[in-house]
Amino acid sequence: MRIVVCVKRVPDTEARIRIAESRTAVDPAGLKYIVSPYDEYAVETALRLKEARGEGEVVAVTVGDAAAGESLRAVLAMGADRGVLLRGETTMDGLATARALAAELGGAQADLILFGLKAADDEQQQVGPMVAELLGLPCVTAVAEVEVGDGQVVCRREVEGGVEVVESPLPAVLTITKGKFEPRYASLKGIMAAKKKPLEEKEARPGPNRVRVRALRYPPERQPGRIVGTGPEAVPELVRLLREEAKVL
Amino acid sequence: MPKVLAVAEQRDGALRGVSAEVVTAARVVADGVGGEVDVVVAGPPGVAGEAGGLGRYGAERVWVVESDALRLYSPEGMTEIVAELIRGQDYYAVLFPGSALGKDLAPRVAARLELPLAGDAVGLAVEDGELVVTRPVYGGRAMAEVVLEAEPRLVTVRPNMFRPEERPAAGSVERLDVGIRPESWRVRVREVVTEHTHVDVAEAPIVVSGGRGMKGPENWHLLEELCMALGPQCALGASRAVVDAGWRPHSEQVGQTGKTVSPQLYIAVGISGAMQHLAGIRGARTIVAINKDPDAPIFKVATYGIVGDVLEVLPRLTEEIRKLRAAG
Ligand SMILES: Cc1cc2nc3c(=O)[nH]c(=O)nc-3n(C[C@H](O)[C@H](O)[C@H](O)COP(=O)(O)OP(=O)(O)OC[C@H]3O[C@@H](n4cnc5c(N)ncnc54)[C@H](O)[C@@H]3O)c2cc1C
Ligand SMILES: Nc1ncnc2c1ncn2[C@@H]1O[C@H](COP(=O)(O)O)[C@@H](O)[C@H]1O
Repeated sequence: MRIVVCVKRVPDTEARIRIAESRTAVDPAGLKYIVSPYDEYAVETALRLKEARGEGEVVAVTVGDAAAGESLRAVLAMGADRGVLLRGETTMDGLATARALAAELGGAQADLILFGLKAADDEQQQVGPMVAELLGLPCVTAVAEVEVGDGQVVCRREVEGGVEVVESPLPAVLTITKGKFEPRYASLKGIMAAKKKPLEEKEARPGPNRVRVRALRYPPERQPGRIVGTGPEAVPELVRLLREEAKVL
Repeated sequence: MPKVLAVAEQRDGALRGVSAEVVTAARVVADGVGGEVDVVVAGPPGVAGEAGGLGRYGAERVWVVESDALRLYSPEGMTEIVAELIRGQDYYAVLFPGSALGKDLAPRVAARLELPLAGDAVGLAVEDGELVVTRPVYGGRAMAEVVLEAEPRLVTVRPNMFRPEERPAAGSVERLDVGIRPESWRVRVREVVTEHTHVDVAEAPIVVSGGRGMKGPENWHLLEELCMALGPQCALGASRAVVDAGWRPHSEQVGQTGKTVSPQLYIAVGISGAMQHLAGIRGARTIVAINKDPDAPIFKVATYGIVGDVLEVLPRLTEEIRKLRAAG
């Protein structure tokens, strides 16, 4: 069984973001980068599926610049078997990224292609189902639990107010959300082993970018908060403010 | 005349609340280009009766597809229907709800039609004929204004950002003639396991969230009682710390790796206000924080704060809200 996991390198979710002088991008200087959190859940899912079967291969694929190779190494250190770096520019046009991934994955003979629910930078929540559509594969999104059976998968998909139990034949594309399992940390042994694992580099073919970022700005500052008071005695004043000032009650 | 299409959402034949929001958002865009709003609804027989009601929010024409195969969400069926409709019409823009369904459907339609898509719009404006979509990025640490260089412009709209506005229009129902082929659909929803019937935290106008400061799951009844007092429009949320501890299900988690909420009122109880939690609540209009630590970062973003022990403050808050509700 071959499982491909698509991962993206993104700024640390805790880092302060600085907008570049161009006002259309983030300034990467001094920024710490990580593998996008949901993608780590996808990697964990892939590794567990492989372990449960006792056979198979987990391939990590990314579109990005040379530094994105570090993210692949991090995923190899978690336990993936090999990596593919598609070198090219990433943009907010998820369809362009999807085209680059589909061009590579069309011939990958994967049984499952896993994505994170959304990337922690652009947060478009679109690349996974787009790749599925471009490849003509079935797709289930927001999957919290997967069970692989004979030629099919059964997924628990999170929707408002509950879960959908969804089945799909293989091969299939899934986007993974947080489920029962936390992503594993790379062991020292894993980190050493990752250095020797194959990491292939190719040129990405994303095609045109048709999402133009006209401006990037900081979110509107929230008015500085106000401490209404201390302990239960402050509650009546809080309720009054909510009703009369904020008008939300 | 330019036209804007709104994709409505139904479950089991009943329209979901986000549908009216998407129509309202489509109305905003249509006003900007001097155009009209179409809506498409696909669902089980009888859904047409509900769909006509969307005229109230400004829909001129409501395209309807009825089939038993569409009772539950079929990604492939809906993609076929919406893509087919778009192909046959000249839409300036197509708006989808930013719900689980809309975020599943929109990218499929986009890829099938080779169109770019902007996800999770919190603002829409037409400037010089261009649709400018404002969308949060980096967990709300920045806002991007984007322009889609294609037509139609595909956008998903974040729940709760466009409050439904009455704007009566014809709402004339027309059957959409697409030959759906359920036998060819590969992805099937076997069943929907309902965890709760009240409003989902991602769509709720009021959210009460608990964190590690709640001390344990045995104290959650205090949050449930407050939520009940606030009314049926209130949903419970949780920080990741308490979800990881197994106190609450992940479906309630708010933040970077949970749900993004945009309620009128967000009450954070015993939550410190980590960056990843804030990522989920930046869209909240009013934030209330209850925390015993006056230096907790949550107070920096809270509109109103109470410094105190949640176990003492919560019962009092519930009591005062009940009094207020009783007084009408
Ligand atoms: C990649 C990544 C993704 C993440 N995603 C999310 C996410 O989606 N959502 C999320 O919430 N977090 C997320 N986190 C975790 C986040 O960093 C914090 O660890 C988490 O939000 C803390 O939860 P908390 O506020 O409940 O707990 P704590 O940080 O422990 O805070 C508890 C608070 O309760 C207060 N308190 C304690 N006792 C009392 C009392 N008796 N009365 C009143 N107040 C009291 C304390 O003063 C403290 O401020 C993520 C982290 C990472 C690395
Ligand atoms: N540049 C990229 N390289 C590899 N995978 C990506 C890339 N961008 C996005 N993805 C995948 O698509 C998912 C959704 O991304 P997005 O649509 O941008 O929210 C991510 O969680 C990744 O799994």
